[in-house]
Amino acid sequence: MSSVISIKDLKKTFGSGAKAVTAVDGISFDVKEGTITGLLGPNGAGKTTTIQMILDLITPTSGTVSIFGMDMKHHREEILSKVNFSSPYVSLPSNLKVYENLYTFARLYGVKDVQGKVDELADFFDIRDLLLRKTSSLSTGQLTRLNMTKALLNDPKFLLLDEPTASLDPDIADRTRKLFMRIKNERGITMLYTSHNMEEIEEICDRVIFINKGKIRDDGTPQELVKKYGHKDLNEVFLTIAREAN
Amino acid sequence: MKLHRIKALVIRQLYLYPRNFPRLVDIFVWPVLELLVWGFLSVYLEQINLGSLNIVSILLGAMIFWELLSRSQQAVTLVFYEDVWEKNLLNVFVSPLRLSEYSLSMIFLGLVRILMQGAILGLIALLLYHFNIFQYGIYTVPFVVSLLLFGWILGLFIIAVILRFGTSAQVLGFGAIFLIQPFSAVFYPVSALPHAVQWIAYCLPTTYVFEGMRTVISTGTLPVMTLIWSFALNIVYLALVFWFFYAMFKKVKEKGLLLKLDQ
Repeated sequence: MSSVISIKDLKKTFGSGAKAVTAVDGISFDVKEGTITGLLGPNGAGKTTTIQMILDLITPTSGTVSIFGMDMKHHREEILSKVNFSSPYVSLPSNLKVYENLYTFARLYGVKDVQGKVDELADFFDIRDLLLRKTSSLSTGQLTRLNMTKALLNDPKFLLLDEPTASLDPDIADRTRKLFMRIKNERGITMLYTSHNMEEIEEICDRVIFINKGKIRDDGTPQELVKKYGHKDLNEVFLTIAREAN
Repeated sequence: MKLHRIKALVIRQLYLYPRNFPRLVDIFVWPVLELLVWGFLSVYLEQINLGSLNIVSILLGAMIFWELLSRSQQAVTLVFYEDVWEKNLLNVFVSPLRLSEYSLSMIFLGLVRILMQGAILGLIALLLYHFNIFQYGIYTVPFVVSLLLFGWILGLFIIAVILRFGTSAQVLGFGAIFLIQPFSAVFYPVSALPHAVQWIAYCLPTTYVFEGMRTVISTGTLPVMTLIWSFALNIVYLALVFWFFYAMFKKVKEKGLLLKLDQ
């Protein structure tokens, strides 16, 4: 299995001198094609900064990010046309109708058959009856499905999901997780996933990377890590790793 | 540069125009109200007889052209504000969109708004005050183009400042234009300004536009050198604003500020 993304010695320091804060401190990891990898850690661990560096929204202080074997500096458009991102903290314009949002992003990604792609995904995510509604009128669960629809418009090979089930009730969160499994199985999309819900991570991730204070603290399959630490579940592993670093 | 990405951002805004009442008010009602105020003032000044001066042409012409400048700047900044207010900036910038395409889409939308506003203001000025915005024909066009260009330059400058210093700088989008108004010789010639600040006026492309427009109105001839100066300054400022815009965006990425704008 080849690597979709390869990160080497990635570092990000904000500020300089005595006020300098190192958010990510020389991390390296690969994500294999067709897998779901969880990037875990407590608040302020460096997860969001890492994701933003992968997406070229933050410039690293040093180190490299290679996606599909290409670097972002020279191949930004080519890389981003095959990547997408979804987060409940980033909105789609609420004053547009659902189909207007989807048409806009489909055009931004250069989708050839905009109508066909929106129809296909509207069926896949069961949002056909929402297409004519204003985005501001959608419930949280419906917005999650819309965000995922937007995230799949360009048939991404690599998907970054930043706490996608945060603020969802257990029922909708469960449906959303099943949706991710379906996307992975039916479309073979590689995903990098952040969440604070360890049960969810155990359910869907093939591998997890624990990060705290900007460094990778451990890495393995959920089962391997639970066994290694001698705990009953990943939640306890999380607590141990988070508290060790303190 | 990909046209489909520019088109995507333009169409997104155009979706909203027909059904968004505040947007329609912003495009049509405020400029028309301003036109009415200046129109009535001009008519009054003409009635009290200030000699041979064509007050309606001078004041209304200046007002309409100032409005075009102000609105072209606001049109650009409002498109950006829309993304900030809707927390949509990250979605836009994780797409393959280039910064140049984003800027061009804002400029194009600005042009659409200005064409709509120019048409309605021109029509009302003609119907109510018998002032034909095109009475000086083709001579008016290059001055209007120069004004629009400077409006976009100011708009891009304001966006760059907001990107770098955050949403607390948003007020600039509505007020910054008035910082240059006293020095732009909009309603009076540069000679009316104190000597100590006239150099500021001569550094602004707008000054040459308004001085030039008065020459066109009073003599019916095109002051070529004035026009050249306004375009030359615009080219310099355009180069500077693109450099500034890219430099600020680079700084924003270094400091991780894009996410903060979206929160």
